[in-house]
Order: sequence, then structure tokens, then C-alpha cells
Amino acid sequence: MLEQNLFAGFGGQGVLLMGQLLAFAGMLESKYVSWLPAYGPEMRGGTANCSVNISDEPIGSPVVSKATSVIVMNRPSLDKFESAVQPGGMLFINSSIIDRKAERDDIQVFYVPCNEIAEQLGNARVANVVMLGAYIEKTKCVDMENILNALLEKLGKTKAHLIPLNREALVKGAESVR
Amino acid sequence: MAKQLMKGCEAIAEAAIQAGCRFFFGYPITPQNDIPEYMSARMPKVGGCFLQAESEVAAINMVYGAAGAGARVMTSSSSPGISLKQEGISYIAGAELPCVIVNMMRGGPGLGSIQASQGDYFQSTKGGGHGDYHLVVYAPASVQEAIDLMQTAFDVADKYRMPVLILADGIIGQMMEPVEIKQGNASEPVKKDWATVGWSEKDFTRPRAVVNSLYIEVEELEELTGRLQARYAKIAEEETRVELYNTEDAEFMLCAYGTVARICKTAIAQLKKQGIKAGLVRPITLWPFPYKAVHDAIAAPSVKKALCVEMSAGQMVEDVRLAINGEKEIELLGHSGSRVPTAEEIAQRIIQMRGA
Amino acid sequence: MAIVFKKTSVLTDTIMHYCPGCGHGIVHRLVAEALEELNLQDKAVGVAPVGCAVFAYRYFNVDMQEAAHGRAPAVATGIKRVLGPESCVFTYQGDGDLASIGAAEIVHAAHRGEKITVIFINNAIYGMTGGQMAPTTLVGQRTTTSPYGRDMEHCGSPIRMSEMLATIDGSAFIERVALNSTANIQRAKKAIRKAFETQMAGKGFSMVEVLSTCPTNWGKSAVESMDWLESSMIPYYPLGVKKEV
Repeated sequence: MLEQNLFAGFGGQGVLLMGQLLAFAGMLESKYVSWLPAYGPEMRGGTANCSVNISDEPIGSPVVSKATSVIVMNRPSLDKFESAVQPGGMLFINSSIIDRKAERDDIQVFYVPCNEIAEQLGNARVANVVMLGAYIEKTKCVDMENILNALLEKLGKTKAHLIPLNREALVKGAESVR
Repeated sequence: MAKQLMKGCEAIAEAAIQAGCRFFFGYPITPQNDIPEYMSARMPKVGGCFLQAESEVAAINMVYGAAGAGARVMTSSSSPGISLKQEGISYIAGAELPCVIVNMMRGGPGLGSIQASQGDYFQSTKGGGHGDYHLVVYAPASVQEAIDLMQTAFDVADKYRMPVLILADGIIGQMMEPVEIKQGNASEPVKKDWATVGWSEKDFTRPRAVVNSLYIEVEELEELTGRLQARYAKIAEEETRVELYNTEDAEFMLCAYGTVARICKTAIAQLKKQGIKAGLVRPITLWPFPYKAVHDAIAAPSVKKALCVEMSAGQMVEDVRLAINGEKEIELLGHSGSRVPTAEEIAQRIIQMRGA
Repeated sequence: MAIVFKKTSVLTDTIMHYCPGCGHGIVHRLVAEALEELNLQDKAVGVAPVGCAVFAYRYFNVDMQEAAHGRAPAVATGIKRVLGPESCVFTYQGDGDLASIGAAEIVHAAHRGEKITVIFINNAIYGMTGGQMAPTTLVGQRTTTSPYGRDMEHCGSPIRMSEMLATIDGSAFIERVALNSTANIQRAKKAIRKAFETQMAGKGFSMVEVLSTCPTNWGKSAVESMDWLESSMIPYYPLGVKKEV
């Protein structure tokens, strides 16, 4: 297995965190993982993206140029990274705020209304976790529980009360593409 | 200990602390700011000292002072900042002081870019500052290797009383990978009776300590440089490191270091699926350069052609050509605009070389 | 026979290379005597500059480091941070070293309140390289790089480092002294002692600026030099304590 993922959106959407949670979950399952952020001059609200590899073998290039999955959280990211999906690969689109459809017909495309689902759950900030739920449902590359374990590790024990909400977000995200 | 998911910069900083480094002097520059930031939080907790200097020039001279006073000390920066440090590095080499310097390379010349690059190979291995000296230069290709090399770097610096450079690129610094950092792994402190710690004829048996790189008499300077060259020869013999990957029976030999080397490994896997045998020779020490290992890998009868891949316009390729000394032609795939070569283009290039 | 005079043990027996009439020898002795009197020899680490005092490490009988041009305050910072408050770390710098190429290092050592002592020799010229203009060279003063006299319009007026550094919060003791008379030499000694005491009390950055002579590069005799120091330098660089906390 080699999952080569690109996560992209604007700063504040939790794009880098999504990637880290996935990499962390992969590590918990003793897989080889790498997470690499694109970095530029510091700007609040600027664009953000990261490359995440999950593999049964040691990882060569940490830079994902041709992705098995591309996850885009805003329109500029779709415009920039639609072409980066490998033929036959998957494209996950945050349909809540992206106002166009994918143009490619040689890939699988999933539209996930991340923000709406998150708002229904009462917390707009879990939109990224909703998307992660959809991604895992389709790729099955890690166990959902390990995303929650990773989140707990990342947030610290004092934020354990946020786990049920995030579990729900993962489940709803998964259901949306089932 | 369980594995942690750590960013390269932070992992390097923690590994330095575990190696017994207690003094860090630095100045902010992208893409290595996570190192000083991590150190500023961590050093006070282990009884060490983090100090943000007014410039890279000052930082490296603080390193000089601290190393001269006997401390395990380091600094980190990225290409333009490393250029500024070259004065101090030359003095540190001349004064025979141990220290560790980390360079998270970015694109140049000038302000260049803040993206990863390998454009500082010449600077790192062929001098950098003025005078007849070398640094031991380690080029890690993963976060774990960077961690492991930190311990080695401090030990080698102390053993040979010289500055050691960890030459990584922005990708190694910014990437997160699962790693293991051995706790409390610091080696036994080396006795440094040459250090300036305070002295008087009444109380001490050692001679007065003078940390200095000035040898005004020709004979004296030649004695110093002779001593350094003898040391360098010993280091070349004992500390040279190289990784050979899939080299047996390879028809095509790649040569690369750092991040680019791991991209080559992906290319090798892609080529294998197409029935093309390619291997990789990866220098881990860029100085001393593993001339013999590189020569033997490329000169092997099975090897038809060799390709050097770099994120530069072609710097290490000169050493590779020196190693093979005309026996075979060495081609270059180099990107110098901070663009990272892809596995696909490396594989494509090999396929072209095969057809040609 | 009774000993009526003895050279301080904080100076080595090495014969100094300074020119006749140069002030460095005097200041070396004042610094060494102050260290001896304050019982600081075994706690002291000195940092020599680049300039005429480059060989200071041969003369001070304490552990010494030789710094790159202008970087002595940064080197001293590294030493002091390693050895801690018990140590006595000093730099010995000339005007080219401190006020020109090392301007950033001296300002920020003061700004951090670095607990070091700086002995700053101001003789208004670059000595070792052959008498070029320094930032402290007086207006109208002829040097090998201001052969028509320093022109203020062209290269500004001489910089007063003590006054400047006194404005920085981290500086705890700054005094300007001169070597033009026995009385002033005694005052210089007192100031140097005070600077070391300031450091050892952990109060902050301390510096003594010593107005000194360079007969060789001024093109004057030793006596003329002392007169010129008094008549030309002191009016522009007023003596006295600039900062004391």
C-alpha cells in the first residue's frame, strides 16, 4: 500500500492538522508515514497544503506531486491541485464552499458538504474532521479510532471531552460518501 | 520508547539536547526557525542556555566563546545566515574548537527562495570561509537519520576538536516522520584542559589556556595547518560514511544525497517494475567524500551509465566525476531553482539514457 | 633587601610589541593590577581584539581567547554564559574594532545587560593597519585614508560610544578616562576596578573608554601626543562617569 495524499485549503481550516492526524494514525498502525507542509512567508489566512504519505514500505519522496488522493477545502485549492490526482485516484471536494464541479473524468470525485455537516453537529471547526471521515471511508488506509487516538495525543488529555464530537464528525463524514 | 511523530527541526533540537548540548546561539531565518524556537522552550528546563543573538555573525562568535570555554554548543541557520557565519566558522576551525552547526539549506544565490535546495554543497565541502580547513559534513536523508547524526556530530567534533556541519535541506527540517530519540544518550564528557575556564599559576598545573587562530610566524601557521591536515586524513579514513542501495548488478547507478536520495529510491522502485535495474550510492558524509565507495559503485562492470541528481546546478557531481576520474561518463539531473525533482522524471531520465 | 616595587603577576614576562609612547602598555598594567587587587586572576577570562592589542593574550596572565575583528563582545557573551556569574570576563578592544566593525556586537552586549567588562581604547585611529581613519577620528584629523583631514560632510563626525551606550538600559557602569596625566591614569585605574566590581556584583554591562595615544600614526612625539590628547581629544570626548546604576 502507498497512499500519497495532498491536503489543501486556506489557513485556519485545519488543513495541516488533518494531514498530521492521518500521519499520526498511520504511525500508530506501525506504517511508514511522512508529513510535509508547503511553507511560505508567514501570513494569517494564506493558503496551506501538505503532503502525507502512508505506506507499508519506507517512503521515498516526501513530496507528493502525483497523488492517489487530493483533498481540497477551498476553491483555489481545487483549481491548483485537481491536475495532481493520479488517473484512477480520488478527489475529495468540500462542496460547502467550493462552487464548481471537478473537470476530470478519469478519477473518482466525492463531494462532501463539510461545513454544513460540522454546523449540524454544532461546531463549525470540525469541518476538517468531517472530510477526514469521508477520506478514510473511501481509502480505508487507517482505522478511524486511530484518528481519535491521534487527536487525543495532539490535543492533550484536558481536551478529552472533544473526542465524542470528533467521533461523530468522522462518522457523519464517512456516511456522506457511502 | 514509543515512536513520536516529530518535525525534523524539532527532532534535531531534541537530539542535540539528548547528546548533551546545553548552549544554543542563533538568529531567526526560514526554514529553520523551529530549531531556535524549540531550544528557547527546552534549554531553560535542562539547565542550559538559549540566546537569540543580534545577528548570525554574533551567534557564531558566541559559539566560539562558549566552545572555547569548554561547552557542548551549537547553532543553526539556513543558507544566507550560514554565509554570514562563515567568518566565525573559519576562526573556529583555526582555533581548533568543537561545535555543531546545522544548515537547513534554501535556494540561492542571494535571498533566493525559502524552499529546499542543495545549493550549499560547494560552500560546505570546499571551504566556505577563508583558509585551509574543512568541516565534517553530514547529510541526513530522513528525520531519524538527522537525529542519529546529531549525537555523532557532537562526538566527532569533540574527538577531533573541529566544527561539524549537519547539512540538510528545508524538507528534512519541515517534514514530520515517526522517530525514536534515545533518552539520556549523551556520551561521556571529553576532558578539555585547553578550555578557558579561569587559571592562576598558584592553583593549576595545566598551562595557561589561550584560544586563538593567529599564528603570525610562517613556521607556526604551517605547524597548525599540518596538524589540521593530518587530522583530516585520519577523519577521511575513519569517519567516511556512505549508503549503497540496490547496487548489486545495477545497470544504472544514481548518486544523490539528502532528500534527493530518497526520491531516487522511489525512482528505482518504479524502474524495477519496468525491469530496469538501477541502484543508488548515497554519500552520508559529504566531507570526507566517499570517493572510493562512489568509484567502486559506478565503476562496477554491470553499470552502463551513471546519473547524479541534485537540487543544484551541479555541485556534488564534480566530486562524483573526480571519484570516477574519467572511467565512465557521469550525467547530471540538477534543479537549481528550489524545484524538487520527482521520482517520475528521474526514472524517465534513466529510460532515456538506456535508449540513447 | 626590601621589595619596593613588583610587577603584577597578572601580566606575563613577555616583552610587549607596542611602540614607544603608546598607551596600551599602561592600560594593560592597570587592568592587570585591578584584577590582582580584586583577587580575580583565577576567575578571569579575557578576550583580545583585532588591532594593535591583538597579542593581548600573550601579555595578560589569565586564560584568554582571541576574537575575530569586532566580535569580542559576542565571544565574551559565549564565555560568560558558560562560566556563569562567578567568572570575570573582559574584552579589550580598540576604536576600529569596537566602534566600527563591532558596533552591532557592542551595542547588543550592552542591550542584553551582558555581565562583562569592556576596556575600550580610543586613540582616534587604526594603528595596526597603518594609521587609517577610525569612526573616532577627529574632524580635520589627517590619517592615511583622510589625507586632507576628516571631512564631516563626507564621512560624518566622530562617534561618542560611551555616551551612546550609556543610553541603553542594560549598561550599568560607563566611564571615560584618559592617560594624559598621572592623576588621570590613577582615575583610569579606579574606573577599571569599578567596572570589574560592577560585573562581579551582577549589575550589568560595564565599560571603560580610555583616551589613549598613537604617536607613530599621529606623526608626533610621545610628549606631543600627550599634549594633543589633552588639547584636541578631551574637549570632544569629555571625561567622566557616563552611567552608574
